[in-house]
Amino acid sequence: MRAPDHPILAKGDVLLAVENVSLGFGGVKALSDVSFDIRKGEIRAIIGPNGAGKTSMLNCINGFYHPTDGRIMFQGKTRLKMRPSEAARGGIARTFQNVALFKGMSTLDNIMAGRSLKMKTGFFWQLFRHGPAMREEVENRKVVEGIIDFLEIQHIRKVPVGKLPYGLQKRVELGRALAMEPQLLLLDEPMAGMNLEEKEDMSRFILDVNQQFGTTIALIEHDMGVVMDLSDRVVVLEYGRKIADGKPEEVKRDQRVIDAYLGVAH
Amino acid sequence: MADSAAVASRKPLIDRRVTKALRVPLILAGIAILLVLLVQGGVIARGNLVYNVLVDPFVLMVEAPDLLLQTLWEGLVAGVLYALIALGFVLIYKASGVFNFAQGIMVVFAALTLVGLHEKGVPAFLALGLAIGVMFLLAVAVERVVLRPLVNQPDIILFMATFGLTYFLVGLGESIFGGNPKVMITDQLFLPRGATDLEVFGGRVTIQHLDVAAAVIATIMIAVLAVFFQYTRIGRALRAVADSHKAALSVGISLNQIWVVVWFAAGVVALVTGIMWGARSDVSFALEIIAFKALPVLILGGFTSIPGAIIGGLIIGIGEKLGEFYWGPLLGGGIETWFAYVIALIFLLFRPQGLFGEKIIERV
Repeated sequence: MRAPDHPILAKGDVLLAVENVSLGFGGVKALSDVSFDIRKGEIRAIIGPNGAGKTSMLNCINGFYHPTDGRIMFQGKTRLKMRPSEAARGGIARTFQNVALFKGMSTLDNIMAGRSLKMKTGFFWQLFRHGPAMREEVENRKVVEGIIDFLEIQHIRKVPVGKLPYGLQKRVELGRALAMEPQLLLLDEPMAGMNLEEKEDMSRFILDVNQQFGTTIALIEHDMGVVMDLSDRVVVLEYGRKIADGKPEEVKRDQRVIDAYLGVAH
Repeated sequence: MADSAAVASRKPLIDRRVTKALRVPLILAGIAILLVLLVQGGVIARGNLVYNVLVDPFVLMVEAPDLLLQTLWEGLVAGVLYALIALGFVLIYKASGVFNFAQGIMVVFAALTLVGLHEKGVPAFLALGLAIGVMFLLAVAVERVVLRPLVNQPDIILFMATFGLTYFLVGLGESIFGGNPKVMITDQLFLPRGATDLEVFGGRVTIQHLDVAAAVIATIMIAVLAVFFQYTRIGRALRAVADSHKAALSVGISLNQIWVVVWFAAGVVALVTGIMWGARSDVSFALEIIAFKALPVLILGGFTSIPGAIIGGLIIGIGEKLGEFYWGPLLGGGIETWFAYVIALIFLLFRPQGLFGEKIIERV
């Protein structure tokens, strides 16, 4: 075991800091000069009307996009152009707005894929699937079974996920992200398209993950009720700019936020 | 309640799956009986075209079972080797969505490297190891020079890039090893020669030892690869990449590493294919043609299925030999070169996605 190359953070320390980040695609500005931070152990919501740049923000954090300006600090270190696999190695896991699962693979295999980074045996043993490779497979399988129990999806372990209803797919995707034992979990609309019951289940899982594993969570969500109940702090984006940042009840009363959501009389 | 129970208990006499599976054999049997009756009744006279096509070959099969067995065996061996080539295509297609036109030339290039090194005085097994090393270097080079710069380009661009790779490898191979056909170093690799005659059904079936070795090695190779891709981390990562690039990236799978792995695996498959086909003929650039025999196999098996490649290979191999031996003479022989494509075409009419092609599950 090598020593961790980053300081061990206590609850409440800044885990990720977004500083003056801008992102442009040609002439279109998706984000301009956005700054906020995510503290260790909190649930941070990113909200805003459609096209506000929320998903672009997540994509910057997890390395799919590189900010054209500004910088992102993770665990006290500035990251320059970082590839998604490096972000994953650093402990950032995510789910996607329109579920991105390995559709042809079973629930079990999907979540096992989340353990990819935890498994190290070389090509040789892998080829014969014996010795170290087999031991590693078994150890990781135990972790995955734990996650499956936690998310209450035992009954669909062997089902190809492409055949599952949407709500369950979202849950499997959460499981795959959890399998990475992330420092920071990014959830892009975890409850989109769910009915009330499914939303309640998902909310419970998110809270449990946060409390039991101490995982820091950043989530994008449109359901204001859910956001207000779950999150510790909320950042509000509109047209790529930050218009509010603070505790849910403060944000809710903010005139600019109300205008952004309801429109202003001109 | 009573109604629903009654509905549930009203099962068909024979399970529907059974009837479905039996449908084709039953239809064939029906046609056979009809033909026998027609021949007996004198409607189809011996010697006319219908008789020659539909009756005579089967009569021959029954009358000379040893010949049938010989043909089936040869078909089996050819089929396993076709499956091996198809496997090279499937691996790369699964992971990167690229149809690798260069697979054929990779077979030639790998075999030439092996024989060429041996000609320069390298011991056979060291040459084998070095040839594997060369295939690895090729995989790394392809990933760096071809795939990485073209990532996110449309598939057709990548397809065209593999054309470029083909011509590059032809040129490179010719300039290093020359264009003359070479002889595969069969003995030095301890591949058996000679043949055994088996007495069956009062006739003789000749079995080439090399064919047995080829079938065994190819089978082992296919089995190891199948297990590898089904049950290991790298295999899972590979299937993950095939399913969704962004999801694979988000769990920390490196596309570049996976591409090297699949191209290397395809390179090793190409080397084994090159040795086996090279031992049956010569090692020359003409071998590239056999890669196109993989096309009908892929059409049958689907581009993404390893079991599909195996079964497709066997159907094409056996179908081709049977066609050549029993129906070939009607057309003056030599139908082997194109018969596989006809089989594939007929299949396409009924199952456009192939036998085992991935069902596209899509929610609207």
